[in-house]
Amino acid sequence: MREPLSKMIKTIPPSGIRKFFDIVSEMEDAISLGVGEPDFDTPWHIREEGIYSLEQGRTFYTSNAGLKELKEEISKYLKRSQNIQYPAGDILVTVGGSEAIDIALRAMLDPGDEVLIPQPSYVSYEPCTLLADGKPVIIQLKEENDFRLTKKELLDAVTEKTKILVLPFPNNPTGAIMEKKDLEEIAEVIIEKDLFVISDEIYSELTYSGKHISIASLPGMQERTVLINGFSKAYAMTGWRLGYAAAPHAIIEQMIKIHQFAIMCAPTTSQYAALEALRKGDSDVKRMKESYDKRRRFLLNELKRIGLDCFTPYGAFYAFPSIKKFNMTSDEFAERLLKEQKVAVVPGTAFGACGEGFLRISYAYSIDDLKVALGRIEDFIKSL
Amino acid sequence: MREKILDMLYGNSKISAADMAVMLGYSEQEIKDEIAAMEQEGIICGYTTMINWDKTENEKVSAFIEVKVAPQRGLGFDKIAERIYKFDEVESVSLMSGGFDLGVTIEGKTIKEVAIFVHEKLAPLESVISTSTHFVLKKYKEHGVTLVSEPKKAGRMMITP
Repeated sequence: MREPLSKMIKTIPPSGIRKFFDIVSEMEDAISLGVGEPDFDTPWHIREEGIYSLEQGRTFYTSNAGLKELKEEISKYLKRSQNIQYPAGDILVTVGGSEAIDIALRAMLDPGDEVLIPQPSYVSYEPCTLLADGKPVIIQLKEENDFRLTKKELLDAVTEKTKILVLPFPNNPTGAIMEKKDLEEIAEVIIEKDLFVISDEIYSELTYSGKHISIASLPGMQERTVLINGFSKAYAMTGWRLGYAAAPHAIIEQMIKIHQFAIMCAPTTSQYAALEALRKGDSDVKRMKESYDKRRRFLLNELKRIGLDCFTPYGAFYAFPSIKKFNMTSDEFAERLLKEQKVAVVPGTAFGACGEGFLRISYAYSIDDLKVALGRIEDFIKSL
Repeated sequence: MREKILDMLYGNSKISAADMAVMLGYSEQEIKDEIAAMEQEGIICGYTTMINWDKTENEKVSAFIEVKVAPQRGLGFDKIAERIYKFDEVESVSLMSGGFDLGVTIEGKTIKEVAIFVHEKLAPLESVISTSTHFVLKKYKEHGVTLVSEPKKAGRMMITP
């Protein structure tokens, strides 16, 4: 029989998290700090609205780009949170932020175009670039810069072929953020070198040292940015699979085309629930954010107490402590920690080679779970 | 700062000052001082335990009583409210808007005990015009906590990106 698979797909390794997941799922009494989603249930009034939409028989496709009312609410939200004006027609409702990442790359890349991907970062940018015939160019972010992207790092990576910069802040897995001054320096290069930005802002509501700022809000940047956000993290709606992209019309038009053929439309029930989230969910976001912030402080204090060095994360719900002083790889450390103390964390290398020497610890867990888990990590470190 | 402390204590009165200090970004001493001040000022009136009595041997009966009263000149409702809240059986007393005046919750060991309290102690009070007693059949949620057991949900996977 002839080879059923494409050459490309065979060159792409499965997500680094997968291998680890298989080990963990066989252990029954393991405590996990390895989850990349909120521990809250979706607020009841949002779920209730989803249920109501089903009762009303809203079980049909919506228009390809999403419910008009929802796009209008998203437009209002972007205005009030970032002061950026997007007409509803420049917004596309997607199946999670991840679909938006994929189709933005597919809509914008020609074979050989280079995409700058700062790492450590979310697992999908690199494979999605490859699948869109682009060439991923990795920028290794450094702990000494608090894992922010610097102007120099960007300039060093730009070539004639560079077309897109992926900007993943607030960052999963490091918890790093980019402040206005950092973004201004990046924007200068983007404009000077005539590049575009795919700004993945899925954690935008979860920042703890001031409000998140989108690069699209800087002068001259809206026309060069695909802004991606969604409902998963802010409203604890991961399973609803709902995100969106806002971009210049010429780009969004082509993204809608891909979306229309591949997806048709985002789930209707989720869209009605999201409408409620945007209209009446501000206090939920605030409540959950305050709760994460308490746990963030608690985790950082515990890490310090047990002797794990960690830069202070101000975004998302992760800490990214260094384990370099133990002379082990991240994989080894995480695997031994799991086998010996039954605590699951994710090795930094799952988010790029430069995550070597780090672990991702999620604090989307109850204080009690965090206490027990950190106690076990302490025992593990003492045993080394 | 006070609001944050109260918020945390309301959710878990057992939380230590040390943990609160870390989570709220203050020193332990600052938290302790603030709590002491709020106890002094009567903002924090006590610390209690939430118990689901239905799961114990202890069979308690609780009732909500609507009480209509004639307010007294110069004293309003306060005097009669005081006469009522001083009884040990009385769990809470509130002045209400709407069709009656005082909402009284009481707890007793048996229905009979509650009934005796109402017709021997409460109803005969001089300014009480009428009472209407509602027994609690089942408590679903109290103090923001669901008391009935809910089906176990699927929950999150152990590791996700």
